[in-house]
Amino acid sequence: MNISFPLGFVGPGSGLLCGILFGFVLENGGLGNGCKLTAQLRLKDWTVFNVMFTAIIVAATGLYLLEAVGWIQAANIYTPTTFLWATLLGGVMVGLGMAVGGYCPGTSVVAACGGRIDGIFFFGGILAGTVIFANAYDWIKPLLGAAAGPESQTLDQLLHLPAWIILLALAAMAFIVGRLTRPKVTISDLARKTATSVSA
Amino acid sequence: MRVARLDIVRKHPRALWNSHVTGLVLGLVLLLTFLLTGHGLGASGFTTSLAATASQALAPTATAHNNYFGPMFEDDNIPLNAWITWEVIGVAIGAVVAAFMAGRFRWQIDGPPRLRVRARLILAVAGGLLAGFGARVSLGCTSGLGLSGAATLATAGFVFLMGFFLAGLAGGFVLKRYWN
Repeated sequence: MNISFPLGFVGPGSGLLCGILFGFVLENGGLGNGCKLTAQLRLKDWTVFNVMFTAIIVAATGLYLLEAVGWIQAANIYTPTTFLWATLLGGVMVGLGMAVGGYCPGTSVVAACGGRIDGIFFFGGILAGTVIFANAYDWIKPLLGAAAGPESQTLDQLLHLPAWIILLALAAMAFIVGRLTRPKVTISDLARKTATSVSA
Repeated sequence: MRVARLDIVRKHPRALWNSHVTGLVLGLVLLLTFLLTGHGLGASGFTTSLAATASQALAPTATAHNNYFGPMFEDDNIPLNAWITWEVIGVAIGAVVAAFMAGRFRWQIDGPPRLRVRARLILAVAGGLLAGFGARVSLGCTSGLGLSGAATLATAGFVFLMGFFLAGLAGGFVLKRYWN
């Protein structure tokens, strides 16, 4: 049997399907809630970290296993390239954007669709920020391509380690952080919960 | 808005999913996306096409001459005619369905509880400006580069996430008193 992924389904149907599932999961995980997202940045709520790292480990392990059995060629999976300063600065700006405005691009759509008007304003801000970028493009261009890494470089290539060691290290990190930050349910929390459910 | 609240909101909105369960399901959705398309999930690819399209509608000449937006329209190309547009429309549908099913849909202005409405909306726009600009600098946002990039173990995904979390933490602590 000759099984080969990706299937090359890049039309509207595949976009809608993947998007609907993505939006449904994000909303149910509470990732359209700006207070919850920014609480992660104050280390009061570990949802963002737990969701992202669990998802990264699950998807990365799946890709690794499918490559190992030969169903996928790594070359057919889009893998971004590092442009050290641009990649880092972009991450910094998106992180600050979340600290200031409560969301990132994807979660602002989820927030808006849950009725959050500030999510709609954040989305408008993204469009304006993109227009400002386009007008600053000639000026910022030298920075964008600076310190480029090897094309599509992965962590295992960078560190000269087998990919499964990277996966294990990520899983160990996610597990330890998950353990250390487990929400502690105190007696007063329980009492408050009971009180609110009674009053509601 | 008052009426909408009464009609739509269940008395007890369903609880959110546990964060590790959310992550597990999200990881499977991401894997499915890779298997179908060869690339991951994203968001800022769509906002970029939308911004370019709006710019072209409002200022066609300036947009055609712009070195970033201009090439997107060359050879009669329509930037919004792309997989990512359908994906983000899907995200909106999925999020609305989830919010209604769980009884969480509510028109509201979220944001730092200690600030007035106008200040919250100004901060939301400012945050969006930073994120919109930043996602173009890094060629991707939290979904496209942070999540999907890191899932391919790309160094770029982890470099982005380091910048994202470190700056986010710093910003979060500076702005702490407004959010608490």
